[in-house]
Amino acid sequence: MKSYLPPEYLVERSEERCIRCKVCVNQCTYETHSYDAEDDVIRSKDENCINCQRCVTFCPTHAITIKKNPSSYRDNANMTPEVIKDIKKQAETGGVLLTGMGCDKPQLTYWDRLLVNASQVTNPSIDPLREPMEIRTYLGAKPDALEMELENGEIQLKTQLAPQLTLETPIMFSAMSYGAVSLNVHEALARAATRAGTYFNTGEGGLDPRLYKYGDHAIVQVASGRFGVHAKYLDTGAAVEIKIGQGAKPGIGGHLPGEKVTDDIARTRMIPIGTDALSPAPQHDIYSIEDLRQLIYALKEATDYRKPISVKIAAVHNSAAIASGIVRAGADIIAIDGIRGATGAAPKVIRDNVGIPIELAIASVDQRLREEGIRNKASIVAAGGFRSSGDIVKAIALGADAVYIATAALVAIGCTVCQKCYTGKCPWGIATSDPWISKRINPDIASERLINLLRGWSMEIKDMMGGMGINAIESLRGNRLHLRGVGLTDTELKVLGIKEAGD
Amino acid sequence: MNVNEQDKKIINPFGSDKDFAGCSIFGMLNLEGKRFSSKDPVRAISNMHERSNGLGGGFAVYGIYPDLKDYYALHVMYLSRDAKDRTDRILASSFDIIHDEEIQTRQANVIDPPLVWRYFVQPKKIRPENQTEDDCVIQAVMRINTETGKAFVFSSGKDMGVFKGVGYPEDIADYFCLDDYAGYLWSCHGRFPTNTPGWWGGAHPFNVLDWTVVHNGELSSYGINRRYLEMYGYKCTLQTDTEVLAYAFDLLMRRQRLPIEIVSQILAAPFWSEVDASQSKPNLMLRALRQTYGSLLMNGPFSVIVAHHGEMIGLTDRIKLRPMIAGTKDDILYLSSEEASIRLVSPTLDRLWAPRGGEPVIGRVGGKEIIEAQSIEVHQ
Repeated sequence: MKSYLPPEYLVERSEERCIRCKVCVNQCTYETHSYDAEDDVIRSKDENCINCQRCVTFCPTHAITIKKNPSSYRDNANMTPEVIKDIKKQAETGGVLLTGMGCDKPQLTYWDRLLVNASQVTNPSIDPLREPMEIRTYLGAKPDALEMELENGEIQLKTQLAPQLTLETPIMFSAMSYGAVSLNVHEALARAATRAGTYFNTGEGGLDPRLYKYGDHAIVQVASGRFGVHAKYLDTGAAVEIKIGQGAKPGIGGHLPGEKVTDDIARTRMIPIGTDALSPAPQHDIYSIEDLRQLIYALKEATDYRKPISVKIAAVHNSAAIASGIVRAGADIIAIDGIRGATGAAPKVIRDNVGIPIELAIASVDQRLREEGIRNKASIVAAGGFRSSGDIVKAIALGADAVYIATAALVAIGCTVCQKCYTGKCPWGIATSDPWISKRINPDIASERLINLLRGWSMEIKDMMGGMGINAIESLRGNRLHLRGVGLTDTELKVLGIKEAGD
Repeated sequence: MNVNEQDKKIINPFGSDKDFAGCSIFGMLNLEGKRFSSKDPVRAISNMHERSNGLGGGFAVYGIYPDLKDYYALHVMYLSRDAKDRTDRILASSFDIIHDEEIQTRQANVIDPPLVWRYFVQPKKIRPENQTEDDCVIQAVMRINTETGKAFVFSSGKDMGVFKGVGYPEDIADYFCLDDYAGYLWSCHGRFPTNTPGWWGGAHPFNVLDWTVVHNGELSSYGINRRYLEMYGYKCTLQTDTEVLAYAFDLLMRRQRLPIEIVSQILAAPFWSEVDASQSKPNLMLRALRQTYGSLLMNGPFSVIVAHHGEMIGLTDRIKLRPMIAGTKDDILYLSSEEASIRLVSPTLDRLWAPRGGEPVIGRVGGKEIIEAQSIEVHQ
């Protein structure tokens, strides 16, 4: 069938600059560029280009420019080019439209309509270059009160605290499964988390034994497919996370195509080589809250009550009530993933239409847990589209204890958010299990880039806290008086629990 | 409760989020428990006139009602007669009222004084199960302050009383005829608010039961301190940061029975670098305290004098962004924003020192020792 889809991007090459080095030919995993020896010229197939910028970045003479195809359909506010192309794609394939990364629509982002406070006159701002500025965060259940007793004239602590994760910065790497990303990416995340004093999440594909040495900084995930879950795996992690849902695709499970299931991945996931790894939509042993409680306690038993148990849900309409149930079921941490949360592969219609923005979910969950007097019984970790330290400061002020980042971490090591993760051909060597392409990620360099990002964001968080006159992150957490909204309706302000700017 | 609904319940008619104020504070405790007149405390706080702007002054006096010391003394201000009727009904339903009267006042340089009433009450014998007398009083105070609209209980302890209002502290002392009273502990406050036009309830000290707080500073952590206390049933009706300090002391010291040495480590927690220095038992306890009570860390500039029967405590934020100086002479412990005020009432002192940030100074009746951690002696 002839495709009616025009190329999305056009490759422009300056013949004057091009030195025929063939870097672009070798770097493109979509076979966009080819060298014509007869004419000594490099040609491009525009329709293959996904605009990942790999060739642009590596071209030594800056000869290549990728342009959005200026040829477009007649203007129409409803039948936009995106809509028309999607319909044509489905007419040609009869399938579900897949996509990668998080929702790319602008109307769902509240961070840009929240503003942060700073001290002027009545209290001094604090200079983080000269004064201590503390962003350490502990995740886990906290008691209502501590009991003390006097022993030989000394005050002794009687209460034993539940197990805690210690984060030197309130930023963790979110779940990205081995298989969806390569071993090198996993290793880079593990090493960066270890060196920065935070945690990486294994995702639902298990953990390669070569990375067990980073287990003290791993949150090991248990998802509906139970891929790679065994006693040693649970034992290796610092915490265990039950994955109920994911912001990019609430209500459905993960899907790793068989082509990506190579030797190592098959071994780690404990499935045959080349088979599709399909996670069921629900956890089939959790059809209600009491079932979740059983799994939480099964994992606590399995890990000797030495590790916090996290439950990750997608942010949906009644997240607050669900979160309350999860806390009462015994979870030590609730991770909430908003609608802009990314994925390696999800149906586009689900990614862009199902779930709610993380900002609203943090606000309503934190508020509900406080109203019920159980906010201290679990920490809240927010995920889904954090772009900057500013977003993180706002999330913490709304009530999150810490955040998970994934897209930002991948961008730090090369990702350009081309949204083609599901093809397995990631030209940056990230969302692939192809051993040849995977080599493009060097764990030494990638982990350094990740550490730099965490360091930069941590310093910015400290700067903003200092400006607010706060020198400990616990004084920012849930402190919504330091936020104001612009351009929000009364209802939005009410849900967020903040005032309008100027009020 | 969301912001909007809560706003409706706030009694502070000028209420913004909280109180922004620069202030003077002064405290004076006789360690033998001997009562003394208002003369020295009033002179001392007046000496810091420049630190307030006439929009708030107040005093807490302990040992003030020796003849009725077994009854809760409620001081209530009314912005309308109607509010008094409603308050009287609430009081009558929970308490036996032993005696009540209008608090004696005289003409003075104060602005818009409300009607101020004093009740001596005894909680009724028949109460909900597990409710202590103290709980009964707190519940009634919260009810009156949130439900009546225009009544406000600003003092609710036994054998102690708070007097406060809009004016310079010396004018408030004059208005309430404080020269007629004596007590063994006085804490005093002069206020310099920057955002709330004077309203009588917004002046310091803040009180719950026999706990009082006078406070100089602004809590940048107020938003979360308040939300944490709300989880334990406290309603911050005034939306001032000083109120959360009073409730924090009530929660930690009265309800959870933690000693002040521990409480000060919660409100002005040591830095992680100090906690991490060793894995000793005390350090592990400090870690548990911060993990558990992080939301009660009072962040931002403050110096406070907290008092309850038999004890006066001075505390500053952990990087000491507001001043506090302490002195002793014979049986008297002084705490003050400025040394000059102490010198004014006691030109010679046995000791004078600047407590370190985050480290409390504690004076107790019957104990000559002033309890303190490290501090810096001031050369006399």
